[in-house]
Amino acid sequence: MTTTNRLRFFTFAAPQRFYRLTGALVPWLWAVTALLTVAGLYVGFFVAPTDATQGDSYRIIFIHVPAAWMSMVLYLVMAFWAAIGWAFNARLAFMVARALAPTGAMFTFLALWTGAFWGKPTWGTWWVWDARLTSELILLFLYLGYIALVNAIDDQRRADLAGALLAVVGAVNVPIIYFSVKWWNTLHQGASISMTAAPTMASTMLTAMLLMTFAFWAYAFAVVFTRTRAIVLEREQHTEWVGSLAAAKR
Amino acid sequence: MGGYGLYVWGSYVVTAAFMLAEPWLARRHHRRALRDLQLRREEQA
Amino acid sequence: MSSVFGTIVARDLLLAARRRIDALLPIAFFVVAVSLFPLGVGPEPQMLRQMAAGVVWVCALLAAMLSLTAMYGADYADGSLEQMLLSGESGFSIASAKALAHWLITGVPLVVAAPLFGLLFDLSGPALLALTLSLLLGTPILSLLGGLGAALTLGLRSGGVLLILLILPLCIPALIFGTGAVSAVESGLSARAHYSLLGALLIASGLLVPWATAAALRIAVE
Repeated sequence: MTTTNRLRFFTFAAPQRFYRLTGALVPWLWAVTALLTVAGLYVGFFVAPTDATQGDSYRIIFIHVPAAWMSMVLYLVMAFWAAIGWAFNARLAFMVARALAPTGAMFTFLALWTGAFWGKPTWGTWWVWDARLTSELILLFLYLGYIALVNAIDDQRRADLAGALLAVVGAVNVPIIYFSVKWWNTLHQGASISMTAAPTMASTMLTAMLLMTFAFWAYAFAVVFTRTRAIVLEREQHTEWVGSLAAAKR
Repeated sequence: MGGYGLYVWGSYVVTAAFMLAEPWLARRHHRRALRDLQLRREEQA
Repeated sequence: MSSVFGTIVARDLLLAARRRIDALLPIAFFVVAVSLFPLGVGPEPQMLRQMAAGVVWVCALLAAMLSLTAMYGADYADGSLEQMLLSGESGFSIASAKALAHWLITGVPLVVAAPLFGLLFDLSGPALLALTLSLLLGTPILSLLGGLGAALTLGLRSGGVLLILLILPLCIPALIFGTGAVSAVESGLSARAHYSLLGALLIASGLLVPWATAAALRIAVE
């Protein structure tokens, strides 16, 4: 019983099956992304009211919060798959981890950018060293470190393993870093303002934010799957199934 | 946008730009991988 | 700990003693880097006093990172690292020994030099003491984390800079608690909490990081 279950679990761990499955899924994921984005932006701009204190500038949260959320989730997912690859010696898991990194880094950058653009009209400065934004900046460094490391090592296997170790060490450190940054922030008073002081949300605002979060989720799946498929082709080029794929694509 | 136009559009435009560029780049990566495979097969043939 | 631990520490100390100038370069960097700040921001004592802990700590952090690539790189290049790992000795002992050696060679001089520079920034007596103590607790953490970075980037072309980029974010908690201790003392508060946190970080690092470093070494050498 357990063996058949394990077999089925690892079935899609085979690069070939993953490639076929995701090939079918990706177009649908893009469709879902588009739908959710349209819905979210509609609710966010045409249904949600203007905020009493922040005016219309608060509407940035409809992309700021989803981006920040995705940046954190994707890092954990990346560390998770890298660890799986390490534990089970599963090549595909490593490939997925590598594919996740650029998207995660992008969302981190967007969280910082939109955070700055929200901060300027609200607090008067482009940057605020509050705990959440500062931690987000450090998260960007962690992403860039991972990308730099795996790209600096020529031996694919060593790169995969070293990256996995770094990703896991980073993931373990994130709560410690966040705690220390919060500590730092409260010590050096002045920064009593915080990005968490979002407007008390009307339910329509919340709806828009949730819709955009799901949209970003679907987007992430679509992009990461596309990138992983490219990586699979590159790394599995010596296999028969990739060979026949190339022949068929003429 | 109640005077906050620069900030709201500045955020959305940049976000949209990145979220359009990234899939395009990923797709290009995929296409290039396929093309390299085909080239290699031709070389071997 | 086995005798391998002692052997590795002694060996690294001996190698450093033979190349004393090389061993002291990080300290020289520290001295120069710290001196740049007043030149950059102006000599106003009040401002310098406020910056002192942060400047000293950051420069110490960077200086500590500088000698790391060399510490592991030399052994990697001549194959002795592989020998150590193959000898069946626990990677944990090897990693801890290397970290201790690094701390003795680079960390301790920094702990000694730092308060002298604190004086240049016009820090008060208690603040100087806090700075020294915070570095005493913090520099071993830096050596441990640095060892992990060195192991991950072993033999890579861009090794040195990459190591620094990888490890600096992980050093941020130590930096915050270390400088926080000095700020607390300067404000007349107790730095007990900061020392406790630093101590906890040190213990946790000492127990966990060598394990990760050993794994990284094996990954690099296989």
